[in-house]
Amino acid sequence: MAEPMQAPQTQPEVAIDLDKVNKWYGTFHVLRDVSLTIRRGERIVVCGPSGSGKSTMIRCVNALEEHQQGRIVVNGTELTRDVRTVERIRRDVGMVFQQFNLFPHLSVLDNLILAPTWVKRVPKKQAIATAMEYLERVHIPEQANKYPGQLSGGQQQRVAIARALCLKPEIMLFDEPTSALDPEMIKEVLDVMVELARAGMTMICVTHEMGFAKTVADTVVFMDQGQIVEMAPPQTFFTAPKSDRTQKFLSQILKH
Amino acid sequence: MTRRFEETPEEIFAREEEPVEPHLAPPAHPAVGLHTLIGGWARQNLFSSIPNTLLTLLCAWILWEAVPPLLQWAWFGAVWRTSDPTVCREAEGACWALITEKHRFILFGLYPWGEQWRPLVAIMLFIIALVTTCYPGFWRPWLLGLWTAVFALCALLMWGGVLGMTFVPNDQWGGLPLTLILSVVGMVCSFPLAILLALGRRSELPAIRSVCVAFIEFVRGVPLVSVLFMASVMFPLFLPEGVTIDKLLRAQVGIILFTAAYLAEAVRGGLQAVPRGQYEAADALGLGYWRKMGLIILPQALKISIPPLVNQFISMFKDTSLVIIIGLFDLLTTAKTALADPQWRPFFVESYVFVAMIYWGFCFFMSRYSQFIERRMETGHRRT
Repeated sequence: MAEPMQAPQTQPEVAIDLDKVNKWYGTFHVLRDVSLTIRRGERIVVCGPSGSGKSTMIRCVNALEEHQQGRIVVNGTELTRDVRTVERIRRDVGMVFQQFNLFPHLSVLDNLILAPTWVKRVPKKQAIATAMEYLERVHIPEQANKYPGQLSGGQQQRVAIARALCLKPEIMLFDEPTSALDPEMIKEVLDVMVELARAGMTMICVTHEMGFAKTVADTVVFMDQGQIVEMAPPQTFFTAPKSDRTQKFLSQILKH
Repeated sequence: MTRRFEETPEEIFAREEEPVEPHLAPPAHPAVGLHTLIGGWARQNLFSSIPNTLLTLLCAWILWEAVPPLLQWAWFGAVWRTSDPTVCREAEGACWALITEKHRFILFGLYPWGEQWRPLVAIMLFIIALVTTCYPGFWRPWLLGLWTAVFALCALLMWGGVLGMTFVPNDQWGGLPLTLILSVVGMVCSFPLAILLALGRRSELPAIRSVCVAFIEFVRGVPLVSVLFMASVMFPLFLPEGVTIDKLLRAQVGIILFTAAYLAEAVRGGLQAVPRGQYEAADALGLGYWRKMGLIILPQALKISIPPLVNQFISMFKDTSLVIIIGLFDLLTTAKTALADPQWRPFFVESYVFVAMIYWGFCFFMSRYSQFIERRMETGHRRT
């Protein structure tokens, strides 16, 4: 296994840099001094109990949520409230949601070519070619002309991944991509994510799939009560967790 | 198919078998006579219990009492054709001769008698364009061109003044063309305005939001009659000396603003029903505000809003009859004015039944069409 944390000479470019990010919902402190640096090609898995702020953290990266303190730098651009900055960052960052959020009134193919044709002004023919290519990669090219409502959950989530990829993002965010799926469909989605990770995509995944974390993660981040409690490569994280809270969490989710 | 079969034997074993319905042979149908079938149906649906039987008998009695006299009045005893009202007075049925005599006045109002083919052609063009628009296969850019042409042609026909047609000022317009103009132009203009108002009401910019909220709440708080009255009587008081704005235009603007406020609330209902995830997915793809709304949110929101929108269109179509209070001769007013002749005055029912049928025809069409559109859009939207 590569040890990207200990390779100072070939320091890769920083993809995402969170520096002391704080966020409140009213008086509730959701993110407390979250600092995290992710380099290009790195795969991060974020886990933690519900309400620990892990989804909020990745949603701050593409400005679906606003942070109130601290700095977020994505691909060398600091995230501000300026609309153009936000839109530029969103073009570089693909996101996959727990509830898929496909557009139900558009066919699968139209879901895929919508952003490339309207945001990046790719010619339609080329956008369709790219879309079919990504549908092949997620193994469902034959569903191109169906509507999302006609697909299974696992197929919908794979379409959602393909849709995010069609904008050729530098970074992919996954917000609990398998939590809304029936158990028999989780594998087909994780397979696609593993393939993507092997292809070198920079990824942050909020997930409870510990098998996935062991297979592809460079670093596992454990969050609790809005803080990053522990951050370690998977072997260390699963075999020798340092904090009590991590131990307790792991014993709870690995019990079954 | 690229679906891979990678199930382990355990998984295959654990897979639930689909229950198979035992194939039942259809029960042998003994040949039954027609009257047995009807008798069976009646026993099942009309006389299944004592209250049901009582209700059936009550309904039968009401029909027995009401239908024959109605038929006698409307059909058998009716006078269809005469120019002499006294013939009608002696007949025991309806006096449809009133419609035969006065239909041109009811349909076209005070429009010059010899020129009434012009509004007739205008109505025909309107209806052809409307029917064309209803077919979803024709929803192409050329349809906008068609409507522009139809509007231009209608304006040309109604006003005239060129090509040998005499000029007819619009205070002589009336009847069905006036009703159609007020409602179709009202719908076409108020709908985009309503969408903007609904978006504005949900805007994050406080200034835009408060303007939209204030407008909607103000307009919804006053009756249409008072909006028309203000447009007609109050508004000119604020205009400088010598500037006049046409009465028809003022009424039209009043109707547009009034309808827009109501439609805006229907659209807002649709906007709120679109799940938040749709907004977030559009945001995450980097779509700007207008693209997000135009491509993702509005198509879904408007589909949800079809029933209340059509409801509003239908009610607005009928509300155009309120323009009588500022002295415009719409369809209902011409029907009433046709009775000004004291000889014909007793036959007001016939006159109102006639216009009611016209109103009903248009409204029923709108309602059926909206159901068709809903069903058609549903196939594409099936959600799990």
